Amino acid sequence: MTNHHRSVISLQVNGVPHRLSVDNRTTLLDALREDIGHTGPKKGCDHGQCGACTVLLDGRRVVSCLTLAVAAEGAEITTAEGLAGDGELLPLQQAFIRLDGFQCGYCTSGQLCSAVGMLAEHTAGWPSAATADVSPDGPAPVLDAAEVRERMSGNLCRCGAYPSIVRAVLETAAQKETEG
Amino acid sequence: MKEFAYERATDVRDALIAADGGARYLGGGTNLVDLMKEGVEAPTRLVDVRQLPLAGVSEAPDGGLVIGATTTNSDLAAHPEVRRRYPALSQAVLAGASGQLRNMATVGGNLLQRTRCAYFTAQVCNKRVPGTGCPAIAGEHHNHAILGWTRNCVATHPSDMAVAMLAFDAVVRYEMLDGPGEIPLAEFYPPVGDTPHCETALPPGALITAVVLPGSAVSPRSRYRKVRERASYAFATVSIAAGLDLDEGSVRIALGGVASRPWRARTAEAFLLDAPLTAEAFRAAADAELAAAEPLPGNGYKVRLAGNLIETVLKELQP
Repeated sequence: MTNHHRSVISLQVNGVPHRLSVDNRTTLLDALREDIGHTGPKKGCDHGQCGACTVLLDGRRVVSCLTLAVAAEGAEITTAEGLAGDGELLPLQQAFIRLDGFQCGYCTSGQLCSAVGMLAEHTAGWPSAATADVSPDGPAPVLDAAEVRERMSGNLCRCGAYPSIVRAVLETAAQKETEG
Repeated sequence: MKEFAYERATDVRDALIAADGGARYLGGGTNLVDLMKEGVEAPTRLVDVRQLPLAGVSEAPDGGLVIGATTTNSDLAAHPEVRRRYPALSQAVLAGASGQLRNMATVGGNLLQRTRCAYFTAQVCNKRVPGTGCPAIAGEHHNHAILGWTRNCVATHPSDMAVAMLAFDAVVRYEMLDGPGEIPLAEFYPPVGDTPHCETALPPGALITAVVLPGSAVSPRSRYRKVRERASYAFATVSIAAGLDLDEGSVRIALGGVASRPWRARTAEAFLLDAPLTAEAFRAAADAELAAAEPLPGNGYKVRLAGNLIETVLKELQP
């Protein structure tokens, strides 16, 4: 007899296909950590308030603790483990190391995934609550410290490494700009 | 969390059939999944509606916009026509939640989110089980309602998006098995009265399919301003969506964080119909609106804050 409370799902995680049977109650966070073994995404608050569980789902940053695994069926997931695809750390990751963008490190994988998603959002021209004029006819929002703080506000750091995180993100964005 | 069956619908009719007899529709899940973890919500079946062909923003015949119910908050806020013609709506959405949550949350789900009153999640109250009381009135209520509340419930509605939509006379479209329907957003959230557990006028089983923004002379010159206890990522203490039509000399004002529902400031709007658009008139209009405020011992500051916001934002909207 079919168990209506379980589902078989397919996920592509960091480029690797996975097929697993989950209780429908399983969050994407628990599936990634417990079933697939990627412990990059962290369980901080488990209520979508801290951002430590942030992953990229089909390229967009989401909190995996409020995403049901069954609802992520067919999605491509990138965790912090998968950011450095070819073995070399991303400029963002290198900037976090060079500028002390972390202390205890618990929030870091979420900060990194969030920053990757956020930089893509900014490149796409999305405004934020820190953008003075949201009109699409004006100049594109310039990524300054106020914009980074606002756009990264879904990621908490209990050590208070925020100034260094902001610097690391700004440096990465400037580098991207130079490289065009 | 209680066990539940899960179904993913790809067609509106299939979703309605799957939900017939009691189920919850799953959008982004940012509020529903959290409340299921807390035990506040315990659906036995979830019907996932995100694959329905309802996402996107399209033109309405009257010059307005039709926003599909499964459009994410992010896509709504970033949409060029929303930013150009309804800037306060884009700003309101961007003022809510975090980048991650906005990427998940849908427009339909945003309208149906539940109050963040801490008592509502921490213990049983009138909103969860009628007759069990409102602990906030004698308890911690510094961020609770000042307008339209009753002894049965003093919680506020948490949405920023709905405040801006209310200012622009949005209409909620839905589908049921026996056909479509629509409700003006102004009537979507009933007054709290003695039924704080009845939060919307949406019929049982109905699926929100779109929100229609009428073409508006007030919306292009509009603004959303939110005051909160942190610089970002917090619910409103008081927020305002306001629009100004310089040709007609008319204004639209809606407030958030002050009532069980987004609060249209019709008294202030009516006052300004017959008044010059001056700072003194804005202040007098705010005073007229807030004459009905009934603050509790811990939230009297909201009356002054709401008045200051009305005056300040209307002044900012003037050329």
